[in-house]
Amino acid sequence: MVALPGENTPAEPSSYDDDGKPGFFARWFYSTNHKDIGTLYLIFGIISGLIGGFLSFMMRMELADPGIQFFTNEHQYLVYVSMHGLIMIFFMVMPALIGGFGNWFVPIMVGAPDMAFPRMNNLSFWLLPTALICLLISFVVPGNANGNGFGGSWVMYPPLSTTGHPGPAFDFIIIGLLAEGFSSIFGAINFITTILNMRAPGMTLHKMPLFAWSVLVTAFLLLLALPVLAAALFMLFTDRIAGGTGFFDPARGGDPQMFQHLFWFFGHPEVYIMILPAFGIVSHIVSTFSKKPIFGYLGMAYAMVAIGVVGFVVWAHHMYTVGMDVDLKAYFLAATLVIAVPTGVKIFSWLATMWGGSIRFTIPMQWALAFIFLFVVGGVTGVMLANAGVDAYLHDTYYVVAHFHYVLSMGAVFGIFAGFYYWFGKMFGVMYNKWLAAAHFWLFFIGVNVIFFPQHFLGLNGMPRRYVDYPEEFAIWNAVSSYGAWITLAGVAFFFLMLIEALILNRKRVGDNYWGEGATTLEWTLSSPPPYHQFNTLPRIEDNAEH
Amino acid sequence: MRSKNTIIALAVAIVLAVISYVILAFVGLSGERGMGVPADNGFYLQDSATPVMDDLTKVYNLVTYIISGIVAFVLGLMAYIMIRYREKANPVPSKTSHHVGLEVAWTIIPVLILIVIAIPSMNLLYKQDVIKDTEVTIKAVGNTWNWAYTYPDHENVEEIISNPLDETQSKEAGKPYLLATDAAVVVPVDTNVKVLVTSINNMHSWTVPSFGIKMDAVPGIINETWFRANREGTFYGQCSEICGIKHYYMPIEVKVVSKAEYARWIANDGSFTTSVANNNSILGGGKTAAQK
Repeated sequence: MVALPGENTPAEPSSYDDDGKPGFFARWFYSTNHKDIGTLYLIFGIISGLIGGFLSFMMRMELADPGIQFFTNEHQYLVYVSMHGLIMIFFMVMPALIGGFGNWFVPIMVGAPDMAFPRMNNLSFWLLPTALICLLISFVVPGNANGNGFGGSWVMYPPLSTTGHPGPAFDFIIIGLLAEGFSSIFGAINFITTILNMRAPGMTLHKMPLFAWSVLVTAFLLLLALPVLAAALFMLFTDRIAGGTGFFDPARGGDPQMFQHLFWFFGHPEVYIMILPAFGIVSHIVSTFSKKPIFGYLGMAYAMVAIGVVGFVVWAHHMYTVGMDVDLKAYFLAATLVIAVPTGVKIFSWLATMWGGSIRFTIPMQWALAFIFLFVVGGVTGVMLANAGVDAYLHDTYYVVAHFHYVLSMGAVFGIFAGFYYWFGKMFGVMYNKWLAAAHFWLFFIGVNVIFFPQHFLGLNGMPRRYVDYPEEFAIWNAVSSYGAWITLAGVAFFFLMLIEALILNRKRVGDNYWGEGATTLEWTLSSPPPYHQFNTLPRIEDNAEH
Repeated sequence: MRSKNTIIALAVAIVLAVISYVILAFVGLSGERGMGVPADNGFYLQDSATPVMDDLTKVYNLVTYIISGIVAFVLGLMAYIMIRYREKANPVPSKTSHHVGLEVAWTIIPVLILIVIAIPSMNLLYKQDVIKDTEVTIKAVGNTWNWAYTYPDHENVEEIISNPLDETQSKEAGKPYLLATDAAVVVPVDTNVKVLVTSINNMHSWTVPSFGIKMDAVPGIINETWFRANREGTFYGQCSEICGIKHYYMPIEVKVVSKAEYARWIANDGSFTTSVANNNSILGGGKTAAQK
């Protein structure tokens, strides 16, 4: 469909509504349009976020006081823990960042009319609700003798996930995650092809916006890591069949630790899959609201490549206590510390981008600044946990919980909200109410810090993860953490008030480039929302153009 | 002008880093520490009872100073930038987007910092992991949901099944609920003790924070670790690998006694009843359940 120069091209539609759109059902259910699919992904991410958030809120309520409050069947608590992890990672963060913003803005940023494989894009999305339904079914079918659901944590280690959960609940999770895996692999193929083949004339890789770079690196990580997860899940699946295989069963010559290696060979790149797109988004926001080009563009792009590459050779730092050879632990210790270097390059480059700038503290900029600071906090505790010796104390304590929520719940999620507010007008054509948005930001910012900072203390004092009840020495900091859950809940309420106000009640229209001078990527040359099919004539990127 | 800004920003950042050190020294790293138990509402590591945990605490403190300094430094720079370069104060942005010296600096300096961290960290790792000549061996077997201990060198000591005490039993025994068990594993003080850890079903993890050890119990694999307790007393830990519904309810209790007492305990087939008159059966060895 790419119009060649000199060919007769249809008149450029001036707005979203001019172009022929199919009817409601065909548009949203058969959709092959990257922007509609992106919107579907975002809606899906919000729904999953509500489910996952509800699970974590119930966990926090249970832990507010010593003793068992709500989960008289402790198995149910472990089910909540497990499903919170799986749903937030696979059905909230990944769909929102990669499926949502990736679909919406990667084609536009590289100057392409759509994704390379629009029908596969449709398949990628619709596999996800299927997968989520499988996970939700697992809540209500038997897990083991103790009740319904799977309570073996998102890491799914055997034998707890094989002989420990003989019921069908875990089979539904395996099927759901396999479907999710295929969805992500198709998505990754689509992004890689789009970015490598469909860039507009003059858009060399070294001129490509950093968000497109981040999605490119992420797509490669997905493509390499997810098949390993699929294999590991499939091995679990056949292990679970009576008289089946014994890959992870020591009684039949198998090795339960092999699953951990396979899982974390996927699992560690997975954490970069979740954070790299957020890096890309934050780069654009910092540059836009400092009214400066990004500092050290090439360094930023290749830092992400470096993080992606090194991310594949550090997986066993999740497994320091399994009884590995000491030299192996020493290697993983050293390799893990190395990741701090490209991460530091990114942090300091963001600061240098702001240096000398003319900074506007808009809502997306507030999320981005909070992202930078909180990601540093979460990143440095990662340096602590990389120390295999100290990890013998901290492994599987709340210190780890605090660490990865700082980088995900405050890293990836703040990146999502930053991008959401940055592109809100571009995607929906209307502007949010900044007071509601500010209330959302501040309540959320305070809330998550109150939740997760005290969890460092709990971990240092020795409280292990995935405990439904705890000795009363841990009471105060758990109580504080649970108050934080209420504050965060209030923040989420303002998020939905903001959505209702902006999308239904007020509908204040915005112009093409409502952020003004600093916003230089291609999406700001289009209307808000962009035409249903953009770039009927491909844009040309000048040689001297900035990134 | 530019160099003046740089100096002020660095000064702000360094002042914040120093403040963070003061806070750490007087608050963060001087919190109350429980010996063998979590401190009441504590926010610091449990107290050390082994040389490995001494070193672990030192590495933890060193790394905490470094990372807190980094966080405070970044916060200081951000605060300065946000004030000095806000739109009102600096309406015309610069267009600088490259500075080779800076980019080299923020690559090299973190590498140097990481080397400072890596050296003591490696020393700790090898000290912790390489097992010394040990005089006593205990074997901890994870089960759903309790720990079973045996003494491979002393067949006269029966297997100790260590079950958690419920809330009323803990109160009666004056021990912390969710940490206390009905039968502790007994080891001598100032002795290198080898711990063999395995499991007969799900994975578990044998942990004693005050000893600085944590070792996964994996079915089909026998893991080894060691400790050398330098004081007598009771030390608690909690299972640290998810193992099913009672994951929170299979604590670890280690009783460290004098060498003489340990010798008597062994000679007495794993019982204190003749040597320690006032010890009730809950504190005793493996036969307590039967003796009751």
